[in-house]
Amino acid sequence: MPNLQNSSQYRSVNGFPFTLSGAALLALPSGALWWPELELLCVSDLHLGKAERISRKGGANLPPYEIQDTLSRLERDLEQTSASTVICLGDSFDDLSAERAFPEDAQLWIARLQAGRRWIWIEGNHDPGPIHLGGQHMAEFACAPLLFRHIANPASSGEVSGHYHPKAQVSLRGRARSFACFLLDETRLILPAYGTYTGGLRCDHPTLDRLINKPGLAILTGKSAQPIPMPRAKVT
Amino acid sequence: MRLDRYPFDMTTLPNKFATWLTRKNWALHPHQLAMLETADLPAQVLIAPTGAGKTLAGFLPSLIELAEQPSRGLHTLYISPLKALAADIKRNLISPIDELGLDISVEDRTGDTSSHIKKRQRSAPPHILLTTPESLALLISYPEAANIFSGLQRVIIDEIHALAESKRGDQLMLALSRIQALCPDMRRVGLSATVKDATEIATFLSPTSPTCPILIADAGPAPHIQMLSSSGTPPWAGAGGLYAIADVLAQIKAHKTTLIFHNTRAQAELFFHNLWLANEDALPIAIHHGSLDRQQRQKVEAAMTAGALRAIVCTGSLDLGIDWGDVDLVIQIGAPKNVKRLVQRIGRANHRYNAPSKALIVPANRFEVVECLCALEAVQENDLDGEPRPPGGLDVLCQHILLCACADTIDPEVLFAQIKQAGPYSAVTRREFDACLEFCATGGYALRRYDQWHRLQQDPNGDFKLRDPRSARRLRLNVGTIQDSDTLKVRLHKRRGGKPLGEVEEAFAATLAPGDTFLIGGQVVRFESLRDMVVEVSRHAHKKPKIATFAGTKFATSTQLSKRILKRFDTENFQGLPAFIQKWLFQQQTLSRLPSRDHLLLETFPRRGQQHLVIYGFAGRNAQQTLGLLITKQLEAQGLAPLGFVATDYATLIWGLEKITAPEALFDLTDLEKGLADWLGENAVMKRSFRAVATIAGLIERNLPGQRKSGRQATFSSDILYDTLRKYDPEHILLAITQSEARQGLVDFDRIKELLEKRATRIVHCALPHVSPMAAPLFLEAGRVPVEGQAMDRLLAEKATALMVEAGLEF
Repeated sequence: MPNLQNSSQYRSVNGFPFTLSGAALLALPSGALWWPELELLCVSDLHLGKAERISRKGGANLPPYEIQDTLSRLERDLEQTSASTVICLGDSFDDLSAERAFPEDAQLWIARLQAGRRWIWIEGNHDPGPIHLGGQHMAEFACAPLLFRHIANPASSGEVSGHYHPKAQVSLRGRARSFACFLLDETRLILPAYGTYTGGLRCDHPTLDRLINKPGLAILTGKSAQPIPMPRAKVT
Repeated sequence: MRLDRYPFDMTTLPNKFATWLTRKNWALHPHQLAMLETADLPAQVLIAPTGAGKTLAGFLPSLIELAEQPSRGLHTLYISPLKALAADIKRNLISPIDELGLDISVEDRTGDTSSHIKKRQRSAPPHILLTTPESLALLISYPEAANIFSGLQRVIIDEIHALAESKRGDQLMLALSRIQALCPDMRRVGLSATVKDATEIATFLSPTSPTCPILIADAGPAPHIQMLSSSGTPPWAGAGGLYAIADVLAQIKAHKTTLIFHNTRAQAELFFHNLWLANEDALPIAIHHGSLDRQQRQKVEAAMTAGALRAIVCTGSLDLGIDWGDVDLVIQIGAPKNVKRLVQRIGRANHRYNAPSKALIVPANRFEVVECLCALEAVQENDLDGEPRPPGGLDVLCQHILLCACADTIDPEVLFAQIKQAGPYSAVTRREFDACLEFCATGGYALRRYDQWHRLQQDPNGDFKLRDPRSARRLRLNVGTIQDSDTLKVRLHKRRGGKPLGEVEEAFAATLAPGDTFLIGGQVVRFESLRDMVVEVSRHAHKKPKIATFAGTKFATSTQLSKRILKRFDTENFQGLPAFIQKWLFQQQTLSRLPSRDHLLLETFPRRGQQHLVIYGFAGRNAQQTLGLLITKQLEAQGLAPLGFVATDYATLIWGLEKITAPEALFDLTDLEKGLADWLGENAVMKRSFRAVATIAGLIERNLPGQRKSGRQATFSSDILYDTLRKYDPEHILLAITQSEARQGLVDFDRIKELLEKRATRIVHCALPHVSPMAAPLFLEAGRVPVEGQAMDRLLAEKATALMVEAGLEF
C-alpha cells in the first residue's frame, strides 16, 4: 500500500497527499497531479477539439465550449499551484486533425499558459504525432523516481499514466453516483481524464482490475479529492 | 368485430356490402353509418367505447372506395400507438376483404417488419398500410416519400386520445402535415376513447378544418364500479394491496377473466408473487408489464386472447389495443390517480358493448381509501379530469426538420407554412421555427465554430440541405420521441446465454450485492453478477426479495380529485368512509391536524436519525414538486443540510440532517420567486429533462442496443453538455425547451402562488414527536429527488471514511 502522508507543507494546495516510489505527490480535486518538490503539474486526456471532431465525423454539432472550459480549469490549477513544469500526458487532442484545426484564440491561450514554463506533450494514441504548438514532444518522460507515459505498462513501476479515463461508482443512500478518479497502488498511478468532453471506464472493468494491485485506491475528483478503496467487480 | 343488432338503413351501402352484412347477420351501428355519410369531410373524430366497432367505422369508407374504384398504390394509412395493434388490425381486415372478394392489399409496417419488406413497401406500397408514428416519421424521411404517398386518400388515427397525450402525437401531426402538403385531398379520421374535452382532440387532429365533426357513439350502459369490501384493513402505508389478496382471489374464482391493474411495475411484481403464493387452486394467473421480456409478454397476450387465463396482474401495459377477449372484471389496485384513465380502462372490460362493465377499486393504504371514494364519486358524476394540452415540443420539431432534410432540400418558408398546419404547432412563431432550424443546421450556439462541419448548409437561394448525405442514416436511427431509460437486461445465469427475463433500472442494479434477491416476472431471483451490462441471476432464492425498480410512467392524482378530498376534510364529511379510516383521520386530527383548504398545514418530526418537514399543499404533484425544489434550496442556503424530497399530489416530504424549528419563515413568496430559474437549473429533474430533449432534438444519439455492452462510454454524459451550456450559452434553445417543459411538468409556479397567496397568512405548523398518520404513506413514494449540497458532501466524506476504515486503510 502506498505511503499516505499528511504533511502540513502541502496544505496551501487542496488535495489528497500520497507518495509513489518515494515521491511526495498530491491528487487535486480537479483531476490534476501536483508534485510540489519539482513544481510539476500533470494532466491527462484533455481531448481538446472533441466537439469539432464529432461534427467532422458526421455527428451532431456539439456545443463548442470544451476547449474554453478545459483550458479555464487548467489555468486555475496553474495559478493555484504556481507550477513551473507542465506535463500533458497524452490524448491532449482528440485527433491530429483537431490539433491542426485548433482555433487561433485557443492557440494563443495555450501559448500564454506556456510562457515561462517548461511544457511537455506526451504522445497519446489519439494524437500520436508531433504537435504544432510550443513545448517538448516526447513518447515518455523520465523524471526519477517517476516515469510518465500515456498508457500503463503492467511490468513498470513508479509509473504515472492516463488513457483509461477511470471512474468509480459510489452508492450514497441508495443512489449511485459516478466520479472520475485517480487509481493508485504501490507501483503506479493512473490519472483521470481532465478534459470536459470525456467519458469514462468503470474501474471494476477487467483491464483496470488487472492493472492495479489489490486493494488499490480510487481518489475521487469533484469538490474535494476523496480516497476510497478501489471498487472491484462484484462476482460470486 | 362482433356487432349487435340495431335498426339501420342499408340503402347507402353498395350491394356487395349490403349482401355481405345480411349474410353474416350483422348490422351497422348508427355511428358507423354516420361515418360513411361524412366520409368526404377533410377531418372527423369518432368517440366510441371499445366493442363499438370503431375499426370497421374507420375502414368501411376505404373498403367501399377501393371496391368501387380500384386503384394502385397507397389509399389508406392507419396509425396506432402499438405495433401489436397494427398486426391485430391487419388480421381483422383481411378476413372481411377475403369474404367480400375484394382485391385490396393490406400490410403493416413497424419496427418488427423485415428490412426487405420495408424496402419493397417504399417502391410498391399496399392499398392499406398499418403503421406507428415512428415508422411514419421514418417514411417521410426518404427521398421517394412523394411517390410513396401519392394518391393517398385517407388517414385513420386509432387511439388518438392516447397519442395526443405525448410527444408521439406531436411527431405524428408533423409527419401528417408533410404528407398533407404532398396530398392536399387527404382526409383524416381520429378514433378516440372517452375524454374530458372532445374539441381538444378535434383541434389536435385538424386545426384549420372549419368543421371537424365529433361523432359520439352511444356509450352503452353505465359501468358498475365499487370499492372492494374487504375483510382485511389496508395498512398505514404501502402500496400493493397485499392485504386484499384473499378477496381478490375470491373475485377471480367468481369471474371468467380478471385483469388486475397496478400503478407501477414493482407493485405488480410484488402483488403477483403474493397472489401466487396464495393460489392454492393453481388457477392460471399471469403477469404482464413493460419491463418483462417481449416473448414472455407475447405468450401472455396470446393466452389471454385464447381465454386460457383466469387472471392477469398488469400495469398500463395492457391499456391499449390488444383484444381483451372475455375479460369480465377489472380490478384497480391502488388509487387510480386519474379518473379519465380509470373510465377508459373500465370501458374496455366486457366489451360485448351492451353489457355493463364491472370494476372494483382496492385502496392500497388508508389515505387511498379517501382518494378512491372521491374517484368513485367523480366517475358517477362523469367528472373526468384532464389538463389542457401544451403546445407541441420544439425538440420534436427539430427532429422533424432533420428528417425532412433527409428527404429533400428545405425551403424555410414552405416548411414553416406546413408545420403550422399541424395541430400542436399551429401557434409556433417564425422566431421559434428559425431557432429550431438554426439549431439543426449549426447547433445554434452563441459561439460560432467549425463552419465547414455544420449539419445543414444553406445554398444561395436560402434553402437548406444536409452537408453530408450519408448522415441521413444516422439521423434515421435516432427517430422517435420515446425515451429509453437507463435499464439493464436481466438474464438467467448459464454458460451460454441464459433465458432473458426482462430489465431493471440501472440505479437499482447498482445497489445489488451478490446474494441479494429480487422479484421479476413473478419469480424470486438471486443476483449473481453484473457482466457486460447484463444482470445475471439464478433461481431458487429463499430470502425475502428486495423490491426492484423498473422504469415506467408514474401518474399523478388529478387536481380535481385533490380538491374533492380537501373538501371532505373541511366539511368533516366522513360519510361512506369505512370505520377504520375514520379512526385514522381522527388519529391524524388528535396528533396533528387535518389538512384544509383554509390554511397551509406543515408538520415536522424526526425519524431514523433524520429530520423531516411535510408540506400539505394539495396543489397537485407538479406544484408540490416545485415547492420541494424551492424549499430545499432555501434550507440549503440556511445551512440546514437537506438531503432530498419526494412529492405527491397532496404533500411534499423533505428530509435532511438538521432540525427545522421555524418552517413558516421559508414560505415568503418574494423569496421563493426570486431566483426560481436559477434554482431549477441545478437540479436533477432538469438534467433528466434535458437529456430527453437533447436526444429527441438530435444533439445526443440514442444508446442503441449492443453499444452499451462494454461498460465503456461511447459518448459522455448529457449532464456535461447541460452544465457546459448553462455556463457558456445560457440562452441556448435546448435549455429554453428544457425549462419550458420542466415548467409544464413542474407546473405553474402560479399554482404555488395561488396556494401561498390564499393561505400564506394562515400557516399552521405542528411539531410532532414522530411521523404522523397522514405523512406515513409519503415514505414509500417513488421518485425521490436528491439534493446536491452540503449534506451530500458530508455523506460522501462519511461514507468514504467508513469504507477506508473497513478496508483497514485508515490513516
